[in-house]
Formats: sequence, structure tokens, C-alpha cells
Amino acid sequence: MTSIAKPPVRHPSSRVNGLGLSIRDYEGAMSTLCAGCGHDSVTAALVQAAWELELEPHRVGKMSGIGCSSKTTAYFMKQSHGFNSVHGRMPSVTSGANAANRSLTYIGISGDGDSLSIGFGQLSHAIRRNVNMLYVIENNGVYGLTKGQFSASADIGSTSKKGEANEQAPIDPVLVALTLGCTFVARSFSGDKKQLVPILKAGIAHKGLALIDVISPCVSFNDHEGSTKSYSYTREHEVEAVQTDFVPLKREITVPETGEAVQVVEMHDGSRVRLRSTSADYDPTDRDSAYAHVRACQARHEIATGLLFVDETGKDMHDHLRTVPTPLIDLPYEALCPGKGALDKLMERYR
Amino acid sequence: MAATDVSDPRYYHKVVDCQWACPAHTNVPGYLRLIAQGRYDDSYLLNRESNVFPGILGRTCDRPCEPACRRGRVEEKPVAICRLKRVAADLRGDIRDRLPKAPAKKNGKRVALVGAGPSSLTVANDLLPLGYDVTIYEKNAQPGGLMRINIPSFRLPAQVLDDECGYIIDMGAKMKYGTPVESMKALLAEGYDAVYVGSGAPKGKELDIPGRWDAPSQVHIGIDWLANVHFGHTERIEPRVLIIGVGNTAMDCCRTAKRVGATDVKVIARRGRKNFKASPWELEDAEEELVQIVENHAPKRFVIENGKLTGMEFETLEWSEDANGRQSSKATGNVTIPCDAVILAIGQDNAFHWIERDLGVEFDPKWDMPVVDKTTHQSTRAGVFFGGDAAWGPENIIWAVAHGHAAAISIHQHCEGKPVTDRPPVGMTLVSAKMGMQSWAYDNDYETAKRAKMTHEELTKRFSGVGVEVELGYTPEQAALEVQRCLNCDIQTHFTASLCIECDACVDVCPTNCLTITTNSSPIDELRTRLSAPAMNPKQEIYVSGALPQTKRVMVKDEDVCLHCSLCAERCPTAAWDMRTFDLKLAYAGQVTV
Repeated sequence: MTSIAKPPVRHPSSRVNGLGLSIRDYEGAMSTLCAGCGHDSVTAALVQAAWELELEPHRVGKMSGIGCSSKTTAYFMKQSHGFNSVHGRMPSVTSGANAANRSLTYIGISGDGDSLSIGFGQLSHAIRRNVNMLYVIENNGVYGLTKGQFSASADIGSTSKKGEANEQAPIDPVLVALTLGCTFVARSFSGDKKQLVPILKAGIAHKGLALIDVISPCVSFNDHEGSTKSYSYTREHEVEAVQTDFVPLKREITVPETGEAVQVVEMHDGSRVRLRSTSADYDPTDRDSAYAHVRACQARHEIATGLLFVDETGKDMHDHLRTVPTPLIDLPYEALCPGKGALDKLMERYR
Repeated sequence: MAATDVSDPRYYHKVVDCQWACPAHTNVPGYLRLIAQGRYDDSYLLNRESNVFPGILGRTCDRPCEPACRRGRVEEKPVAICRLKRVAADLRGDIRDRLPKAPAKKNGKRVALVGAGPSSLTVANDLLPLGYDVTIYEKNAQPGGLMRINIPSFRLPAQVLDDECGYIIDMGAKMKYGTPVESMKALLAEGYDAVYVGSGAPKGKELDIPGRWDAPSQVHIGIDWLANVHFGHTERIEPRVLIIGVGNTAMDCCRTAKRVGATDVKVIARRGRKNFKASPWELEDAEEELVQIVENHAPKRFVIENGKLTGMEFETLEWSEDANGRQSSKATGNVTIPCDAVILAIGQDNAFHWIERDLGVEFDPKWDMPVVDKTTHQSTRAGVFFGGDAAWGPENIIWAVAHGHAAAISIHQHCEGKPVTDRPPVGMTLVSAKMGMQSWAYDNDYETAKRAKMTHEELTKRFSGVGVEVELGYTPEQAALEVQRCLNCDIQTHFTASLCIECDACVDVCPTNCLTITTNSSPIDELRTRLSAPAMNPKQEIYVSGALPQTKRVMVKDEDVCLHCSLCAERCPTAAWDMRTFDLKLAYAGQVTV
């Protein structure tokens, strides 16, 4: 919460992107989250990613549920569409929106409570259907809005602000996503924009559901000693498994040759993601390798970060449903609702 | 890079660009906030501490603060600092009971000041409250020096001068009006403990070209002519007048000429407009009064017919610039401009014929100027000090005031028998401006208003007399909005590295990308290239913190376009960023030295 709106003054070097928009044009309302909340850094990373990708704000749908994380959508891209849904129902509402209008870019923002507790089933089925969307989980291990109870992602032994230890096993959204066949799985940290921004860009460019679990510390209820989702714990235990460069279609950047093995994944829009594994036996295009690596890190109390798994050959919801390429909202009414005659004809086939 | 030492007052002082640029280091944001609160008396007195003549300078200052103002880097125009200074002066009540007073018991030291201009009066202002017996010698019948006789009263009304000179003189200065000092030797023989020369640069420069002396009644020296108009010796001038030179004296001459009969006034400049010495606003005012500015003309001769001046011949010039920025001119032809009178306003010289050269006051043989120490203002003879235009040639009034303060320190040291080089230190106070959650001791919201326009007297009314003031001053409503344009650069962003948890909140929220958390490196120029936004203004400082607790990286701040909006501090969960009110404690005579 701040007492004033951000002054409308820019740095003299401020540039505009190909759409003639400055990065400030991708901002939203002033955040009312606690000062120092990790979610505000995720917002800043999203603003930067959207500006760099030259997303047209009016072609973006910002989707969210309930919780601190779900307030985030108000704080970026004020000119975009938005839907603040019922608790945990963001994946379903996004599925519906995407079914009706596949031409928008969907950015879903959720939290560990919204996605791993009340909305766990919704998340699972959105992954199963492979809805074409960016799915960001701002993961802080607590219910911040209700003053710091453990959430489903709290690690065993992690303590609450009052010192009580959590005894239940956590749900790790990355392992869940890998298990359910998610085609883009990443983990990052709100305090590391150098890593987060390229992953967000790749996730937006990905065809299918791109799940990014972002450790986003709750500065009010889970940033103490004993927390395993604090700024300092995350910094100490973060191990970047895969370094990611996002290379947009329009601007080819030549990355200096370092001699490291680089895997290039071409996205459906022609942009490319360059991945460098930090260990030789890790292959971010192999689901089993990714799963094993994340598990191994977990056993060592390390937090594996980076774009952990990507498969650009998968089918998304529209491929499975064999819908027409034209967004349903753009179809003429007669084609979308062909009337009783057409229905009768269809029903006839099942008799 | 080593961590920036913000305990040195110079660091935060430099952040307050206006205060840093002002020779007298007036606390500009401080007095602007007082105007915003309608506390005009307090604002005036805060102003007066350092610049002594807020009413006078609010009309006539050369405003070194305004080009420096951070607002000018954030949008087009700086805060109208000078005009707001005038607002405080115009709207103040009777503040005489709050002025410094001379003690009843004197300290027994006698000091003589030569000239009653701004620098001498400043010396008197600083020494009288310390118990000094101060005698001021003035050749004219009234105090003020050039402020009175050279600045026309349509810019500076006599009443304003009388008031502010009076505040000082009424503390008990012994005024010897109509008493030009003819001999330094004689003055020293009177046994003063110290002598201060603040006699200005009273001699207008000559233009000795053919025809100069053939029609002397039609050719005038600018500052003398202005003085003659002031004293009423000159009441009329011929219709067609050429002013040679394009400094601020030339501006005063051309505008005065318009008020005493001239109808066709041209100001002739050797160079192009961007090299003019006159302040842009004075040029603007002159042109509004239909004075014509003629560029790139070098005077060649006065054209005399039958013993009468009928015009002046000029060489037209074309200027070119080489790779090093050095300019050279090429004559392209001759042109004669008809006229009935010429006023020369091409500069001023000092006149020290009255200082005997065998007194130990050494003179630089090349310029015939006294050798004066830049800090102490002392000449080569102990106890003889120089300041104002008398020290190093013509400057602006605010410089004369700054000289007066510095010289008063030296005079006090000298009279106490202490080395003049031992000077009171400059200090600061730095107090948190936090009043509560997201609540500050200043208005941190950004005011988007553009610079307020000054209302001018109508052209027809202006020319009815020399004394009709042109600038009418801001209304209280205009002033109230204009003060809000100030960015409060003295409310400093103060960082405590040990508290930082590196959450990036400040970096994310900063509207002008001033902040970066990055690995430390040297030199600073390398660090400048790695910031959130490129540090493009090498004149502005870069703050570097100590190592941050978690990653040992550093917080870096480019001061250049910081809006002092406090958002970094409001978003900081640990109060590592705080807004702190910086108050520079200037050194004045009588303070303890270390």
C-alpha cells in the first residue's frame, strides 16, 4: 500500500516498443499488497515480459481467483481484459474463455491456496486439457490473507511465525504438473528477475499450459527464520537447474559461444528458447529426467529452478477438441448455432 | 566501490541541486514548503539567513538555482524559485522584531566597510550581532550601491531596497553617506581593526573606435547613464538609440531608454543568440517591449556628420566553430545603422586608484586587480579584505552576498587574533520525515502543473514612468500551485544496508528507475553502465551502499532524476529506505571553529 499513485514521470532514456508503448503503459493500479511482497516483484517481471514481447494489451485476458496472489492481476496491464473469479475456479473460467476466444493471450495468476487447496482439481484438469495459457502460481507457503496459516505447499518442518512446525507433506506443483503431463513446467523466484522474465516470456509463447511455480515470499507471515519460503532461505537453497534465454522471432540476439551444450526449442510462433542445463545428466526436454532431478534436489533440501521441462509438440485443448481455427466468438451466429434443422440432422446420426 | 559516505554533508547537499548551485546555499526547498503552508514570515526569515535580501533578489537575482533545478530535468521548466522568493517577501508581515539584534555591550572592535552595496551590507549583517562597531563609507546619499543606481526601479522598487538595507543599518551601522574613500592609507590610519573593500566595479568599459570622442554628448557609458537616470540628471534620450553589448546591463539600458523617450531601440551583439550574456528572461522582457536584438555585428566606427552622431558602422560577422568548440569569426560586409544616441554596455572595470600601492596590498600587475585569497577574501595585507565585484570583477548580487558571509568569518577570526584559515565547519542535521504509516512530514505527491506564468504590467502603462514595476508578482493561488512543483530534494532517500532483505520492492516501484541492486565493481563509470536505467548525467552522483546482508550485492542509486516521491520508502518492508529531512548548517561568523 502506498500513499500516492506512481508519478507520471519517466526516466529520460525510457523507450517505446514496436507498438509505441513504454513499459509504464503495461503497469496497472498501485498495489495494495504489503510492502516488500514477492508478488509485486512478479508483477514487475510480468510488466517487463509483456512490454518486451510487445503484447497488445487489448488482446490479453488476465485471469485470477481469490487470495493475495489473485489481486496481482489488477497491478499490471490496466488496458487488458480481466476476470477475477470464484476461489480456485480460475483454471475453469480460463478454459471457458479460451474455448470461446482462442485468439487472446491468457495470463492466469494464482497462489498456493487458490491452486493447491480449493482449486487443486481445477488446476489438474486445466493441465490435462492443456489449455493454452500462462499459469503462474505465486507460492509463499502460507495463507497470507487470513494471517499466515500453513498452506498445502508448506514444507515439513517449516515453522509458522509463532514457531509451530508443519507436519504434513507438501504438494509440489512442479511434480504435480510433470506427473499430469504438463508441457511446460518451470520454477523461479520473485527475487531473481534475470531468471524469471525469460521464463515468463517463454511461457507466454508456449502453446499449451505453461505452469510456472514462483517462490514469492510473504513478507508479513512467512519471511522469518524457520520458514522455507523466505527471501534468505530461497536464496541459500536455490539451485538453477536450467538457464533460459528467450529469443523472440523478430530480434535475433547472438549469444556468445560459451562451449556449453545449448538445447534450442522452437516455439509454435517461431521464437526460440535456449536452455543450458547446469549439470551434464539433466535433459529439460525429457520428462523423466526432469522429475528425477526435482526429486533429487528436494531430498538435498535444494530448490530446483529454471525452465525444468518443455515439450512444444504437445496438443492443446483446441487440438483435442478439433475446434475450428476461427475463435468461436468470431463465427457468424448461423454457423455457431445452426438451428433446429441442423440439430435434428445431428441427432439422427445417433438413432 | 567503497560505500558512499553520506555522513559528509557535501553528499546530500549536492543532491539539493538548487542549494548546491546557489552561491549563498539558500535552503530553497525549505522555504518553498513554508510558502506552501502560508508561513510567509518564516519563509522570508529562513531565506534571509543565507541570502540577506530576499525581496531584492526575488526580483533581480541571476538565478543560478533555476537551471540547476531537478524539475528542469524531469519536465521542461524548473520551479520558479526566484519568483517564489519574491512571494515570501511581498506577502510577509512586519518581521522586524524577529531580526538579529546588535548586543548592547560591544566587543570593542572597529571595522570599516567601503561601499554600501550588497557585499558590505552582508558583512555588516553578520558582524553587528556579534558586537562589532561597523562604519560604512558610501559615496552616494543612500545605501544599496549598484542595486540602487544601476538597476532600474521598474525592476526593483526603491521601497524594497530601503526596507532590506534598513534591516541591517538599523542594527546600528554607522553610515557615512556622501563620503567616497579617497585614500586607503588615510582609512587605515584611523586605526580600524579590519577594513573590508566592497566598492564594486564602478567603471563602465570604453569602446575606443574612430569617432568615439567626436560627439561625446550622444555617446553614453551604460552604468553611468543608468545612474544619471536614477538621480534625475538625465530625463530624456533621443528617439533612435543603439545599445552596444548584450549583457544584463544592456537589457536595463534598452528598457530604460524606452521609458525616457526612445522609440526605436536596437541592441547590437557581436555574437549569435546562444552566446548572449543576458539572462534569457531579461531578453524576453526586452523583446516584449519591442526592443530589436541585432546579432553578429561588430562595431567599427561612429558615423559623425557636421559634428553630430548620425549612426554607427558595423562589420557583419559569420561565426564558425572548430572541432574543439573554439569559435572564430569572418567579416562578411559593412553596414551602417542610423541612430541619434549610443549607449555602451560592454562590461565593467574596477577602479582602485584610491588604494596606494605601497601599503602591502599587492596588485596583480597584469589586470591591476588586488591579490585576494579565494576562501578567506583577505588581501596580502592582514586585516584588509575584499569582496563582491571589488574582489574578482563583476558578478551577480548573490555572489556578493556569498562573499560578504565568507569575509565576515575571516574578519571575525582576524579580530579574535585567530588564523583566518580556521573556519567554522559546515554541518547538517538529518531527521526522519516519517510521521506514521505512509505518512511524511512533506507532501510527497507529484504535482503535474506547468510553471506558472508571471503577470506583467500592460505595455502602455509601463512606459508612463521609469518607476512602474513590470512584474506584478504571483498571486497567492499561483504561488500555492508553483511551490507544489518543487520535488523536495532536501527530503533525502536514506538507505541502511543492514536492514535490506533484497525483495526488489523499491527497484520495482521507482517511477524513474533510479535504483539497482547489483554486484559491486570499480570504477564508478563501469558501475554506471549496469544500472536499471543508464546513468546519463555524469554531473550527478551515484550512491553505492555497503554490502547487503543476504547476497553481498550493493544498492546503487543514480541521483539524477529521483523525484523524492518516497515510494521506495513506502514499499520498503524493513525501513531500509527512509525519507530524511536534510538541513545544511552553513558556516557564519561567530560560530565555533574546530
